[in-house]
Formats: sequence, C-alpha cells, structure tokens
Amino acid sequence: MSGPIGKRTPYIEAVQKVTGQAQFAEDFHFSNMLYVKFLRSPHTHAKIQNINLSKAKKLAGVCAISIGRDLPIPFGVLPISPDETAMAVNKVRYIGEIVAAVAAESEKIAHEACSLIEVDYEPIRDFLEPDDSLIDCSPDEQIHSHSKNGTNVHKVAELYFNDPKKAIQNSDISCTRTFKFAGVTHGFTEPHATVAQWNDDETLKVITATQVPHYLQKYLSKVLEIPLHKIRVIKPVVGGGFGGKSDPFPHEIITSYLSIKTHRPVKCVFTREEVFISNHGRHPTKMTLSVGADKQGKITGLDTDIVIDGGSYGSFGVVTSYYNGVLLQGPYRINEFGFTTTRTYTNKPQCGAMRGHGAVNPRYAMEVIIDELSHSLKMDPCDFREKNFLPANTLTVGQLRITSNGVLDCLKAVREKSAWDERYGNMPDGRGLGIACGFFISGSALPINWNRYPQTVVHTKLDFDGRVVIFSGASDIGQGSDTMLVQITAEELGITMDRVQVEVADTKLTPVDLGSYSSRVTFMVGNAAKSSSIKLRDELIKTISKEKNIKPESIQFENNRIFTEDKSLNMSWDEGVEICLAGRGSIVTMGYYISPQLGGKFKGSGAGLSPSYSFGAFISEVSVDKKTGAVKVEKVWGAHDCGKALNPLAVEGQIEGSIHMGLGQAISEELVYENGQFLNSNFIDYKIPSTLDTPDMDVTIIESDDKEGPYGAKEAGEGPIHPVLPAIGNAIFDAVRVRMYELPITPDKVLRAIKEKI
Amino acid sequence: MIKVTLNINDFDRTLLVEPDENLLYTLRERLLLTGTKKGCDQASCGTCTVLMDKKPILSCITPTLRCEGKSIHTIESVAKNGKLHPIQDQLVKHGGLQCGFCTPGFVMTSIEFLEENKNPTESEIKEALSGNLCRCTGYKKIIEAVKAASEDMK
Repeated sequence: MSGPIGKRTPYIEAVQKVTGQAQFAEDFHFSNMLYVKFLRSPHTHAKIQNINLSKAKKLAGVCAISIGRDLPIPFGVLPISPDETAMAVNKVRYIGEIVAAVAAESEKIAHEACSLIEVDYEPIRDFLEPDDSLIDCSPDEQIHSHSKNGTNVHKVAELYFNDPKKAIQNSDISCTRTFKFAGVTHGFTEPHATVAQWNDDETLKVITATQVPHYLQKYLSKVLEIPLHKIRVIKPVVGGGFGGKSDPFPHEIITSYLSIKTHRPVKCVFTREEVFISNHGRHPTKMTLSVGADKQGKITGLDTDIVIDGGSYGSFGVVTSYYNGVLLQGPYRINEFGFTTTRTYTNKPQCGAMRGHGAVNPRYAMEVIIDELSHSLKMDPCDFREKNFLPANTLTVGQLRITSNGVLDCLKAVREKSAWDERYGNMPDGRGLGIACGFFISGSALPINWNRYPQTVVHTKLDFDGRVVIFSGASDIGQGSDTMLVQITAEELGITMDRVQVEVADTKLTPVDLGSYSSRVTFMVGNAAKSSSIKLRDELIKTISKEKNIKPESIQFENNRIFTEDKSLNMSWDEGVEICLAGRGSIVTMGYYISPQLGGKFKGSGAGLSPSYSFGAFISEVSVDKKTGAVKVEKVWGAHDCGKALNPLAVEGQIEGSIHMGLGQAISEELVYENGQFLNSNFIDYKIPSTLDTPDMDVTIIESDDKEGPYGAKEAGEGPIHPVLPAIGNAIFDAVRVRMYELPITPDKVLRAIKEKI
Repeated sequence: MIKVTLNINDFDRTLLVEPDENLLYTLRERLLLTGTKKGCDQASCGTCTVLMDKKPILSCITPTLRCEGKSIHTIESVAKNGKLHPIQDQLVKHGGLQCGFCTPGFVMTSIEFLEENKNPTESEIKEALSGNLCRCTGYKKIIEAVKAASEDMK
C-alpha cells in the first residue's frame, strides 16, 4: 500500500491534545450559562414520601429545580430493559441515585440549593449482595416490579449445546473451581460532562462526553418527548470511555430538560465521586467453572454457572449475561458446552459494559483451569492450548462464524520472545511465568435496536478546494478512529492526509453510526469509509477518463497526483478535481456497512455474533514477595491478532493500554461497599496502576488478514485485555505454587494462600 | 471577593476571587484557560498540573490567594508561536497520548523534570511521572517520549 495504511501514524488531533487546545465537554462555556447540581439519595432502598422544594426555591440564583415526576418516562440502552428514569420516581434504589436537580447561576448556589431540599424517605428492605437477591421477597420489596418469580433476578441467560455435564463426568480428567471477581470501573480521566442549549427555534443542542451520540439522541427524544429531528447531539473530544460513557445517562437528560425549562444553556460536570457512583463498570462475579479433558489434552466439555451482580438497573446487563458464557466458545474447540448466567438486581450503582465486555472474568477462570489441567497431565500449558485451538474458517458449537484466526501465531510469538521453553518451571522461587489466550468479537453483528438501517453510514465530500471531508457518526474516544477514517480515505484517493478532514459524531451533520462499543468501529466504519472513498475515486476516474479519453482502468492515484503508468495522463489532484466537478460542483459519495446474516436459529443465538473475531496470547512474568504477598508484574509479552494494523502506533497503544487495565483489575482495583455505601470513590483509594506499577511491555501484532475487514483489519481495543489477567494469575502459580481464585490478587490473599499450602 | 494579582503566562492579571477559591477554578472558570484539566479536584490524578515559579504544582489544591506575586505557567504557554516543546513533539510522535485528557498534566510535569534531569533513566522518569494518572496508554509511550525529549534537549 502506497498511502498511510499500515504506517505508524500519530493521531490527527494529537497537536491539539498536547497544547491544551482540544476541547472536551467540560471546556465549553456559553454566555448566560447555568450550572446544575444534583441531590442524591442517602438510602440504599427507600420510598420517597415527600419532597419539599420551598426553601431551595427561595435561594437567590436558583433558576429551576426538577424532580423525578418531571421526567417519568423510563429508558435504558437496551430496548429490552428500559428500567431507569432520569431521577428517582417514587423510590430510590441505591445510595447516590439522583432525586432532584437544581440549575442555578453558579455551581456553588446549585450545590447549596440541593442541601435545602427536604426529602422524607421510608426505608425498604435492601438487597446488597446477589445471594440476597436470589431469595424470595414480597412484591413491594422487589427492587423492580418486573423481576421474576418474586425475587430480584433481572435475567437468566443460558445456552446448552449437547451434554457438557455428562461429557465432563466421563472425561479422563476434569477440574471444577469457584472464582470470585470484585467489581471494577473504567477509571477514565475525564469526568462526565454535558452542556445543553435549548434554542429559540425549539431545537436542542447537547454537547456531551459520550460514546453513543446516536443512542443518546434517541433516548433524549423519548424521555423529553421532543421529535428526533429537533435534537442535535455533539460528541466533542472525549477523555476516555472504555464502556463507561456508552449508555444514555440521567445527567444528560436532566441537563437538557433544565435548559428547555430555563431557555438558557446549562452545564453539568461530575465530581470524581459522582463518576464512581455512576459506575456502569464490570459486574462483580461469582462463577463455578468445570472443564474436562482427555489424556491427550483435548478439551471434552465446559459447563459453568455464573452469578453477576448488576446493581440497581439494567444497562447492558442482558448482553453482559450472555457474553459471560458465549465468549468462552473460543479460542478453543469445545463441542460439549453450556452456561447459565444469572444477573441480579442489588441496591448498588448499576454495572454495565466495560472494556472486554462480559468476557474478562470468565476468561480468567477458563485460562486458570486450563493451566491446572495441563499440570495434571504434566503437559506444557502452551502445548495444551495449541492442541485445542479452533482453526480459521470454522463454526463454533454455538455457530459463531470464525474467519481469520491468528491465535497460533500469537502463541508462538510470545512463547519464543519470552524464552518460555527454557524458563517456564525453571525460575527461582518467587519468580514465575504464566500464559493465557484471548478471544473477542470485532463488532456486534446485531444492532441494539432492530431496524432495517445499516449499522453505519459514511459520507465523503469533495469540493473545489481539493479538500475531502469525511462525515461519520463514529465516536473517537481516544482510540484513534478519526485518524483511521483519514488514513483510509487518503489511501484510496492517493492523497496526503492533510487534504482529508473529518466532521464526526454530530447527529445533525453526520450520518448515523451506532457508537464506540463492542469493538465495532474499525471494522464497520472502516469498511464504510473505504467503500465511500472508492465511490469517490470511481467518480473521478469516470469523468477524467471521459474528458481525457483514457481507459478508466489505467488511471492511478498516488502522492496527490492522478496519472497513468505511461504518463499519457499526469495531473495534480487539484487539476483532477477541477475536471470532476465541472458543471456540477461539489460531490458527495456514500458508503455503509451491514453485517452479514450470521448465527443459528435457537433462542439466544444472536449473542456473541460478530462478523469477525480477534485472538491473542499473552505471557507475563511476575515476582512474588513471599514475606508480604505482594505481586509485582515485571514484564508482559502480548501478541494480538488484529487482522491488519491500519495504524500500528494505535494498535500498540491499545494493547499497552489493555495491559495497564488488566493489570489493575488483576492486582489492585476493587470497588468497595459497606452496607451499600461506596467506600473508595476516589483515585486515592481506588488504585489504578501508576507509572511505578507499569511492567516492561513487549507487543507483537499478528496480522491474519481478515477477508471481510477493511484491508484485513479487525479489532484491537478490547480483545487484548482478556489474556492479561490470567497470564498474571498463572505466573503467580509458577512463582509460588498457589492458585488465585479471587480477584484482585492483593497481598493478603497471596499470603493466606501461601500459608494454607504450608 | 478579594483582589489578587497573578502573573499568568508572563502577563499580570488582576482579578477578584473567592477566599476559598483554588487556582484550577480561577484558571478555568475566570480566565477560560481550559487547557488545564479537572480530573478529580482531589489532588489524586495530576491532570491539573501547572508550573508555579517553574515547579509543578496541583492547581486543584492550590488556593488562588497563595499565588499572589507568583509566576504561573499553564499548558497554553508551552508551545511558542506554534513551535512545540520537545516533550509535546515527542508525545505526538510516540503516540504518548490517546484520549488526551491527562496530556497537559503530563506535559507540565515533564517540562520541569527535563530541565532538572538532562540524562534521565527510565526509573527516574517513572518516579517523576508517578503522580500523573493515564488510563489509556499504559504509560509506555509516555515514558519513551520523555526519554526522547531529553535527547532532543541536549
């Protein structure tokens, strides 16, 4: 490829970001702007008996106050579980839920007004742990009236293929273990922020830190009862998401409502504590996993029972429930396969989607058990894995269609680079190596809302100035999708990247894209951008060949020039543009992406379907201090199959970032609650890794060339996190011969395990 | 409100501020210098780092009234007439940023560090940056960028 595809390309907005010019939602200021603050529930579960606003209303500078019954229409990112309202209506379901909102002339006044609102609550029995939620309770104690069978169970997702229980029972060996995973959260550095502006033409403009402008537009319309065509959602530069900005949020709806009510711009910026309270992070999980194998090391069956703690609302929880199970169908061939996931409501902040959605915790369990099975068979854990890999171009037992598959190359790369064969099992006491593999979707093949539209549309505009502008709803949240769009367009048109600009994630200007989640953007939007720019190139070819009487197939585009091999045609890009636009002016082409029809015909068959899957293998090296139990991750070798690295710099960044986030969940991160009260809602007590915790990283990109991905590309943003955690857990076993079944692996747990072993 | 004169980015500004106001609020809300970010407002993430008399400080826990007569430099003052500081340039080239929210804080912390350490080792760089949190990059490319910037500054 002669253009920027495949080359290490700094982000197009990087200079703005290093100079402080990049504008995040909290950086927008409008004249006459109001500020919103929220009154939040002090109870885990309580009926709201009365709200008295009279004192708050009298405070000078207070412009509007709203409460739950102003916005009673329920919403939720999944149309199957619209169980949330903008503010608590009639009852509160967790400590920190929004009960009232004040818009005032300053943040200080809004804050003070909140403290003047008087609310009478009548506490109800609360359900703080999933075990409490599984037992029967009276209907008026239920967190949600729709939950099943007089309990607080939100969803039971299960799929069974063949008879895994029997297969495991009849296996030569098997391993059954119970694992516990603490809840963790995204920890993006930019707090949620929203600025809403109600205009005199009765249109609403919302600038907000979101990964899903299109879904937000939809739910603003539903809850505020304003037609879709009057709502403009703009995603500015967003300071990280990782799934934590992929729901429509109450504060976005309330801020918009207060702007409509006051006819003034209204701004909302969360405190860091509010970010933690909003959560939507990875579900706390308890799971029992059984895996069987024969003497040759072939996996014979997998059966798992999982309970996930959803917190007070649905969010992405139904999808999470399925992903916990279905994404164990790779990277290994397992023909006897089954899972049951139970998602419970509890009186805590809701959980949702977080990087590696639903599959990170089960992956840890699976990879640890594989390690145990390998040891039982006295087989090298790498060899065991290799024996069980799915091939390319196959179907899994649940009919996930595997296309490109570079998992074996990933394994070989890290095995060689880490000198695994010489070092594994031979390291000094307290030092060890661990291996794990990974598997993830590259975009959800099914849209969240069933409709006949494409999953993404891209427009490409060429005008007299020779500039190409890409219009796309894709939401760059730091992963580099804007740069990816420019690279693809420049590649196809043979022009330099400086001639290509983007207009993105603005629901007034850009065609629909569903958002940055499920690792879909490079695959889906990349394909759409490619197809759109090819159409534009074809248009140039058509007009130029006609005007110059040259065969269309001989025209080439490179380095801002349009030419034929024999140079009978040799013109600049601008000359070509002039010919192409003669008599008609600016042209716009369109590309789109729709997933192929995939999957079986059984209930639940849609879960985990993706046009392509990513694979990976990681090895980590740890040292464990046997006196203190402290684990230090010294080095991580990570190999990820992303099909084709459109921008290797960005792919490396995604893999390194995944190592960071996986490391945090493995050894230090944990959301701690006591009686439903959040105890560590700040960066001092919730420990994300710092530079000092950062291991050496050796990243290998494997390119398996996916037949449907743009230039062969598939995802790199989420898949790489999966192997990180179990590679650490397995390395701890190699170092000190203890198995860790509970995350995070804090020193006390390691010490206890070492003592129990002696 | 109390009158205070601050030298911000080499220019004296006289302002009325609240007695309990922090410098981060003054910069962002009164002067609209929004390049300095509010990541936590609790002195735990480093995104609000600015230089006071050339030393990095956390503007979120620095009372504005304490800044009277001090020289404050923010991210907006770092690139001169479009020419990036070596650390900015190397962060761009190395991919030492993704979402970019923590980036101004890393730049400000690094500037002073690079002035004081002409030949920094990796462990010295890690130590110096340990108060700045980044959730996207895993820090590797940031550390490499600081190292490369130190070479550029020789």
